[in-house]
This record gives sequence, C-alpha cells and structure tokens, in this order.
Amino acid sequence: MSLLEVKDLKVRVEDREILHGLSLTVNPGQVHAIMGPNGSGKSTLSHVIAGKPGYEVTGGQILFRGEDVLEMEPNERAAKGLFLAFQYPVEIPGVTTWNFLHAALNAQRKARGEEEISSPAFLKKVREVAKSLNIPQDMLKRGVNVGFSGGEKKRNEILQMALFEPAVCILDEMDSGLDIDALRIAADGVNALRSPERAMVVITHYQRLLNYIVPDVVHVMSKGRVVKSGGKELALELEESGYAQFEDAA
Amino acid sequence: MPAVQETVERVRRIDVDQYRYGFETEIESEKAPKGLSEDTVRFISAKKDEPAWMLEWRLEAFRRWLTMTEPTWARVNYPKIDYQDIYYYAAPKPKKALTSIDEIDPEILKTYEKLGIPLREVAILEGVEPAPGGEQTPSRKIAVDAVFDSVSVATTFKAELKKAGVIFMPISEAIREHPELVQKYLGSVVPTSDNYFATLNSAVFSDGSFVYVPPGVRCPMELSTYFRINERNTGQFERTLIIADKGSYVSYLEGCTAPQRDENQLHAAVVELVALDDAEIKYSTVQNWYPGNSEGKGGIYNFVTKRGDCRGKNSKISWTQVETGSAITWKYPSCILRGDNSSGEFYSIAISNGFQQVDSGTKMIHLGKNTSSRIISKGIAAGKSQNTYRGLVSAHRKATGARNYTACDSLLIGDKCGAHTVPYVEAKNSSATFEHEATTSKISEDVLFYCVQRGLSQEEAVGLVVNGFVKDVLQQLPMEFAVEAQKLISISLEGSVG
Repeated sequence: MSLLEVKDLKVRVEDREILHGLSLTVNPGQVHAIMGPNGSGKSTLSHVIAGKPGYEVTGGQILFRGEDVLEMEPNERAAKGLFLAFQYPVEIPGVTTWNFLHAALNAQRKARGEEEISSPAFLKKVREVAKSLNIPQDMLKRGVNVGFSGGEKKRNEILQMALFEPAVCILDEMDSGLDIDALRIAADGVNALRSPERAMVVITHYQRLLNYIVPDVVHVMSKGRVVKSGGKELALELEESGYAQFEDAA
Repeated sequence: MPAVQETVERVRRIDVDQYRYGFETEIESEKAPKGLSEDTVRFISAKKDEPAWMLEWRLEAFRRWLTMTEPTWARVNYPKIDYQDIYYYAAPKPKKALTSIDEIDPEILKTYEKLGIPLREVAILEGVEPAPGGEQTPSRKIAVDAVFDSVSVATTFKAELKKAGVIFMPISEAIREHPELVQKYLGSVVPTSDNYFATLNSAVFSDGSFVYVPPGVRCPMELSTYFRINERNTGQFERTLIIADKGSYVSYLEGCTAPQRDENQLHAAVVELVALDDAEIKYSTVQNWYPGNSEGKGGIYNFVTKRGDCRGKNSKISWTQVETGSAITWKYPSCILRGDNSSGEFYSIAISNGFQQVDSGTKMIHLGKNTSSRIISKGIAAGKSQNTYRGLVSAHRKATGARNYTACDSLLIGDKCGAHTVPYVEAKNSSATFEHEATTSKISEDVLFYCVQRGLSQEEAVGLVVNGFVKDVLQQLPMEFAVEAQKLISISLEGSVG
C-alpha cells in the first residue's frame, strides 16, 4: 500500500480555487520533490495535508495508509505519523524547547495508546537525538525558536522529525533563509532520517536543495496542478530551462 | 513530568463545570441582622468581645463611610450594590469554645479537605515529635489560618511559631491579646478614611490574620490563610495585618474560594503590611473566587485594598498575585517606599474569561532616597472579558535616585475580549529613572497550528503558550503555590478556544 495518496484534490481559499485536482502517490522509502514557481500551490498542498485551518477542500481525497486524512484533526494526523517541517517555524516565548518536545511527544504517544515517557527517559532520548544530529544541548533549554537563527530553526524542525519518527515528512521550503553551509547541515540531517519505511516530500523552488537531498521522483507544479513528473534529472532540466515552459501546459 | 504536562493532564480531567470549588457546606451559622447600621457595627464588635477602643475605631470609620461615595473611575460595570441587603457577619455556630482543631465542626473540616487544605493532617503532624535526626523538612511546612465566612476557624502550627517568637493568629484574637501592637499598626498603612471599600471594611471587618515577626527572626515556615465565603448574601470583610520588625523575614500566602451562587457576593478586604528597617515581606495570593457562570450571572465582587509600607531603611515588600476568579476585580496591591534604599515589587498574572472584568495593577510611591521598584504584569483576556492594568509610579521631590522598571504584557485569546493598559507616571525630581514597556499580543493561528501539528490538542496548545507567557511571574511564587497556580490558569482558560 502506498503511504500517502492524494487523489484529484481541489482546494479553495475564500473564493479562489488554489488546487484544481491534484494527484500524488508516495510509497515507503521514496523521496519526492515538488517544484514550482511561487503561487503554484505547493505550500497550500502541504498545509492541507497537515490540516491547517482556513482551507476548504471541495473535492478529492487524501489517504494516509489508506485512511481518510481529511476526517482527522491535525493532532491526530501528527500522532499517526504525518510531520510537516515548517517554512517559518513559530517562536513560543517562555516554553523551553525540551518541555515543548516532551509535551508533544507524550501527546502523540497517548493518542496512539502508548505509555507516556518520563522526564528522565525523555531527557536521555532527546539528548541522544540532538547529539546524533550535531545539535548543541544548549538549544534544548532555550525557548522554542526564540532568538534562533534561520539555520537553528530548521535544525530544530529536523530534531523534532528525528524525535517523533514520523512515516511521512513534508518539508516546506526548507532552504528558504539558509546560507549554503546551513543548508548543507540541514540536508545532512534529513538524509540521516531517510529509511526504507519512511517517505519524504520535499517542497522547494530551487534545484539547489536537491543536490543535497537527492529525490527519487520530481514533480513540477504549476497553477494548482502537477504538470510533469519524472526522475531526478527533471530537476536539473528545470534549472536550465526555468518554469516558463510549464506555464502554458497548465 | 514537566509542569506543562501536568497542566494539560489537569485540564483533561475537568468536567463541563469549570469551577470545582463551587460546593456549599451545610452548617448552622449565626448571622448579624441583614443591613448596615451602627447597631451592626456594635453587634460585630460585641461578638468579638472587643475592647472599647476598637469599637470606637469602627464607629468612626462607619460614620465616615456614610459621607463617602462609591468610586466609579475603574473600567468595570456592575449594577448598584444595595448595602442594606447584605449580611455583614456570619459565623459557623460554635457548640463551645474551641481548644483544638478536633473540635471544629466536621463539615467545615470536610470543606477544607475538598479545597485541598490538609488542616487535619497538619494538626496531626503538629502533635508528632520529630524523630531525632529524622527527615524533617521544615521548608515544606506551611502554617495555615482558615477563615470561614466571617471568622477564623483554625490556625495550625501555633506552638512551633511561638517558639520562634512569631505571632500568627486571627486578628480578632490579636485585638484582645496584643492590643498594643494592633493599636500601633492597624490603619497605619490604609487609614480608615482611605477609600470607600477600605472604610467599609474598617467598620465591619470580622476577622482575618495577624502576623508579627520579631526583630531579626526569619519566620521558620510559610504562613498561609485560606478564605472561604459560604453563606448566602454574605459579604466577607477580612482584615490582614502583617508586621515584620527590624531585620526579619516572612513569606505569606493567601488563597480564596467561594461556592457557586446566582447572586453576587461582596468581598471587600484590607491588607496592611509594615516592613521596618532591613525587613522583608513576601506576600503571595492565588485568588479564585467564583467568577460567575457562562452567562455572566453571579460571582464575587472583589474590591480589595492591599498596601505595604516599607517604613524602614533597606526594607523590601514583594507582592505576587495570580488572579483568576471574581466577576469583578478591583485591586491594586501597592508599596509605599518610605525608607531609604527600600524596594517594592509587584508580580501579577490576571486572567479573565467569560464575562469577568478585571481592573488591577499597583502603585509604587517613592518617598525615600535610592528606592527602587519593579512591576511585571501579565494580563490574559479570553471570552468576552475586559482586562485592565492600571498602575501608578510616582517619585516625591525628595526621592532622589528613585528607579522603576515596569513591563505590562497583555495576551488576547479570541476577538471578543479587551485588554487595556493605563499607566500613570509622576516624577517630581529629575534624578528618577522610570522605564515602562508594554506589549499586547494575540495567540496567533500560526502558533496554535504549529503546536497541533506536533500532536498537541488546541487546549493543550493554549495552555502551553499561556504558561510560557506567565512564566516570569510564576517563578516568583513559592513552589507549591506555583504548581497550583499553573493548574488554575489552564482551568480558567478552559473552553476559551472554539
């Protein structure tokens, strides 16, 4: 069974239709890249999969391991293993990162009927995960994303991804706001989490990121549809010829 | 388990009815006739077996009160209070004079047990000799004075406090047993003529706590008073007086609850603190009076005057309050910084939900040289509530080198509530340094979505964000109170997100 299946998805925001029947099938172990110009609906797709309020689904389906995702609350989706790495992670002053992660992890475990993890056990676990990703321990004690650099914020997202061990990770414009060194560090983190059971959907409009996170499948989005799919060479082709050729196809 | 997690747990267990202290206790009580007159004042004074000077003091206040009008400057709205439709004195009917906690009406003890105040355990503990070299942790001990409607029903740890020389007893007892101290300090911080509600309190107050810490003594445990309004149509007018003599230290905690009632109940307390040279008083409140129902019916009118006088040099008074209850809150715990180098602090969390109205803040009056004050106020408004911070910082002409730092932050949850900040600043000498910062923010959809994407529910997410917002103030509370306060915050905000 495929992990994530988007079928003929139609989405409106207020009076405007943003996605006009989008389909996508993601299998375990795969990395899919979704590329496209600004305004093509890439972020809308990631938000709707994760359940952000403010979008109206007027048609189609999203299935996660065969289950209807649109029927689930966003936190249920998270507990079942859907993770969205945000383009702009928010700041939560006064809440330490490790407290936040502990509360979130336990909420997920509880939703799955698993036992909650105690503070000492959690601390040990989060320290190990941080160490494996070369994330300084100091970051765990700071307020969630408060005063973090762009690179630190993205690494915090990857830390959470590693900690929650989701089945599907959607990375929304992970490269935005990162210099080349920060980008490489973030990409290393993502690559470390690739596994035969896990799938990733990498949303970006630059090919650059895909030099570091090499995809199995590349989709080109334009005006709310997938207009072309192919192997990793499609990304390179785009780099040379740009998105303009697809504008007409849409 | 991190505290946040605990909060979340607590919220989950709450039923539809958010106010868990809304029960009534069936006990026989003795009341003064309804209404207010000189006779009422005489009745209360006689009940308390007071000396003549005390009755005179009350009558003078009562006569002055008759000439005063209710203040209207606060940003609160309520129907006119009929002061003749209130009972000014209600006491659980005693079967005989009490000599120990065991003789207290079991119904009252049950009430305090429901409130989580282990008077009984404390009493048992008190009789137990500490094992030699055993694990005695005095820092965790709390001496409790419990005030039920108009009278104090039990004070614990009296013996141990006595050994340290600390006087902690109902003020009605102190008037009889320590008249010289009471006469010297009562009304010296909040004079009988101070304001409408304080003057009313001066005339009819029935009980409250009295604390005196002698020179150089560090009070060996936290002192605590729990106030409970039980009787219908009864006003509660408690009076608290705390004196920290030279070089002493005391930390005092105050908690408040009331049953759920359709009608409004009046609460007009006065708290006076006096800190002499090098003394320090830390006063913490967790106020959880009944806030009224979801339609705004019922709830406590909380019109309270709290003031501390840093009378001696290098003295310090610190107010910390967590205000979650009451239909209306009108309260400005203040510091008069009279002694040179004295300092005052005000840390506040004021939460309003439903139809609650809060007008609260502080006054820092700098009179001595090199005095400093610090104000950290966190207002959280949800539902259809209105939450106002009102504060005054002033420096007298002679208060050279006065310093103040004020930070007022407001957090809005939803779009039907309001947060307002009304700061007054008066500097009458050029060497004063006053800083003021204010922010207003909303819990944004983006923050909530980020949290739920990580697996938290909407309510857990709000609890988390709010606890982060108030963290600076929670840290000021004594440990056990902080945990309680954190739970209370989440309960108060239950149902605030749709």
